Amino acid sequence: MLKVRQRSGTGPAGPVPLRHRSRAGSWFESQTRSLFLLPAVLMLVFLSIFPLFVSLYLSLTRFQFVPGGFRLAFVGLANYRKLIVGIEREHFLGALAALSPAFWLVFSLVAIGLLVFVIRSLQMPTAAGRGVAGRMVFALVGGTVIWLLLRTLTPGGRPGSLFTTLIYVTGGIAVQYWLGLMLAYLASQELAGRRFFRVVFLLPMMITPVGIAYTFRILFDLGKGPFAPVWGALGLAEVSWVNYPWGARLAVMTGDIWQWTPFMFIVLLAALESVPTELLEAAMVDGASRWQMFWKVSWPHILPVTSTVVLIRLIEAFKIIDLPNVLTNGGPGTATESLTLHAFMAWRTLDIGGSAAVAYILLFVVTLSATSYISFIHRRVAEVV
Amino acid sequence: MKRFAGMSLALLLAAALLSVPAVTAAPKQFEGVTVNMLTFTGPQIAEPLQRRGPAFGKLTGAKINVVTVPFSDLYQKILTDMATGTNSFQAFVFAPQWMADYVTAGYLEDVTNRINADKALQWNDIAPFFRDFSATFGGRTYTIPLDGDFQMVYYRSDLLKQAGLKPPATWADYLKIAQTFHGKDLNGDGKPDFGSCIAKKRNAQSYWMVWSVAAGFLQAKGTSEGSFFDLDTFKPLTNNEAFAEALRVYVETGKYGPPDELNWDVGDSRGGFTSGRCALSIDWGDIGTLAIDPKTSKVQDKVGAVILPGTSRVLDRKSGTLVACSTTTCPFAVNGINHAPFAAFGGWSGGINKAAPAKVKDAAYAFLSYMSQPAQANKDVTIGITGFNPYRSSQFKNTALWTKAGMSQAAARNYLGAIQASLQSPNMVLDLRIPQNQRYQQVVLDTAIAKLLAKEINIQQAMKEIFDGWEAITNELGRDKQLAAYKASLGVKR
Repeated sequence: MLKVRQRSGTGPAGPVPLRHRSRAGSWFESQTRSLFLLPAVLMLVFLSIFPLFVSLYLSLTRFQFVPGGFRLAFVGLANYRKLIVGIEREHFLGALAALSPAFWLVFSLVAIGLLVFVIRSLQMPTAAGRGVAGRMVFALVGGTVIWLLLRTLTPGGRPGSLFTTLIYVTGGIAVQYWLGLMLAYLASQELAGRRFFRVVFLLPMMITPVGIAYTFRILFDLGKGPFAPVWGALGLAEVSWVNYPWGARLAVMTGDIWQWTPFMFIVLLAALESVPTELLEAAMVDGASRWQMFWKVSWPHILPVTSTVVLIRLIEAFKIIDLPNVLTNGGPGTATESLTLHAFMAWRTLDIGGSAAVAYILLFVVTLSATSYISFIHRRVAEVV
Repeated sequence: MKRFAGMSLALLLAAALLSVPAVTAAPKQFEGVTVNMLTFTGPQIAEPLQRRGPAFGKLTGAKINVVTVPFSDLYQKILTDMATGTNSFQAFVFAPQWMADYVTAGYLEDVTNRINADKALQWNDIAPFFRDFSATFGGRTYTIPLDGDFQMVYYRSDLLKQAGLKPPATWADYLKIAQTFHGKDLNGDGKPDFGSCIAKKRNAQSYWMVWSVAAGFLQAKGTSEGSFFDLDTFKPLTNNEAFAEALRVYVETGKYGPPDELNWDVGDSRGGFTSGRCALSIDWGDIGTLAIDPKTSKVQDKVGAVILPGTSRVLDRKSGTLVACSTTTCPFAVNGINHAPFAAFGGWSGGINKAAPAKVKDAAYAFLSYMSQPAQANKDVTIGITGFNPYRSSQFKNTALWTKAGMSQAAARNYLGAIQASLQSPNMVLDLRIPQNQRYQQVVLDTAIAKLLAKEINIQQAMKEIFDGWEAITNELGRDKQLAAYKASLGVKR
């Protein structure tokens, strides 16, 4: 009886079974948890998942005005076809150079490399279905991208908005990372004025991108900008970078690098300052030079942070729009158009379906790039360190 | 008690005095009414609306709130505002060529009856082209013209006189004059200047500029022939020898232009011309009035205007080749030269959102009418910053308006003469006004021309890109429907 009482407890109306109360309590507890989570879930559904599905549907439609309003005519994959094989192909993928023996040579080497990569992944003892499929998709997409890159970047070809974006992303991040690391390393040393420079190096990140774009527009105006006398003296006053696609792309990348290097700088500075002094002192005692201390001790130590910061920038950099829009208006021609600017221009001309299709391809490219990066670089770095 | 009576009397007197104005002043017609009006980022066009809005408010009590967006956003901003039922704007000042999309969807208010009852507007004083084409769609009137638009060529009259050259009659003359003055100091600042300055920036006005060059090559048999499409098949007239020659001329003008011409819009080319840096330019009527502004112009009384240059070889539509002008091929040629003045854009016009409340529509109409009435318009068209160019007969006849604004008699006659020559030409080229013309011109044509100028593609590729792009839009929207709309737009009575 005592046992039962201990289990059941007592209440105003006599013994109350504890088991029942516990079930009710846990139900209430779980409901309360769900209730508290519900606003966040609803917000996620309405702000992220719902727009994702709506924009997917939009990419399969054509926006048409009809008396009294508008309608969305279902056109299947027509918007995607237009971008990949239709009239927008050159704008999106670029103009393809003629096939040359040099192209076949380079591409054959790449294809062999990718084939070896797939075969090796099949032979791995831990090869699982999903992992192998992922590697095969990576090899297929990677091969296609390299095929297109080789044909659009060689003489006679011209990159479209997809490859222009890839150039901004890869070129921009590489420079931002090494420049940011260099500045972070300098700012982590016991040098005079380092506090001042820590603040100064951060300033570009705090300026509005449109402001940066206008600043660079003036700076790059060889005939009117603040450096006009310098360009004039060099005989370049009558030369305009906007007339040259690569000059304009370089201008956009310069602005982007100026804006985003501080982000790399601040994160890498924090990472460098977290390197244990014991390690550095031990290296110093062992007679390591400054370069060796950085390369063999500090840099490996900050690799996980490096990998993460590059991943964040990778995802962010794909969305570049403000700089090419204000600085070059996507020109000359369509040379500096990024994917987001391409989508924006399509949207502005009421090609809503085409704009959504570009945005969806961008989503695919970003997801594939980010997952590939995580699988092949980020995890390996984490494992090594 | 006496004190209380005295205070009461004083209060009553004060109340009586305070209530006098309320009793005697009649409430203004549009007291408390706000009209949100959308147009493009100025200063042109927005400036006169913003300047005259408060004056109109004092007269009528209405508040005119002018909202501006970049030109490249204006078309879709207007359309989406009405199509989605947002209706945040009750009036718009826009390109009348976009009417095809706004009217057929039933978004714009028909103002025919209002105009008929509005004597102050002096509707018949507006030149017939702007009344019958720019303001009208399907026989009904939907907009009030505020501006008259034709593209012309401007030249430095002092330079040409010194060099013993005549104003350009053909595009070959244009290139020759541009070459003559390119690299020379044209404004005395010791720096080399430019032979030709044309707004070639993408997403701006470049696609009208290229058509001003192409028009003479493409249309020779009168306005009803049209310059954009074949009247039987609705195939674009952009893949033939004539258009190739026009593109060659357009590209060659760049040799004598500023280095960053690809980034110049009309603000830059006008500024370049009035600061004396350019010997030639293509523009609407704006350079003429901007050149007389003593604050900004270095070329006062040194500017001449002429009808768009022509060509002695025109398109044979059957063979797609260039053929020499004859009485058959170029019936309107002057001295063997076919001129085809391009009524680009059609002139900024004001329209009213049909879904606006009745009182707001009345106020919006009253304001647009006020802006177009001679008392206001005849002054505004003489001020360069307004962006408004002459469109009323009284503005062409009364040269005193122009001399008062700072133009010499000779300059006024030359300027108005060039516009009138364009306006009265039987071979005037009408701008494209078919459903979704904005996609044909502002998207496909503009992008291909930008790529051509940037040397991303060559002339043949540009022609193919325009042809294919226009065909894709036509196939999407329906060839017969587009052809019918095109023919209807060319059948205008002038």
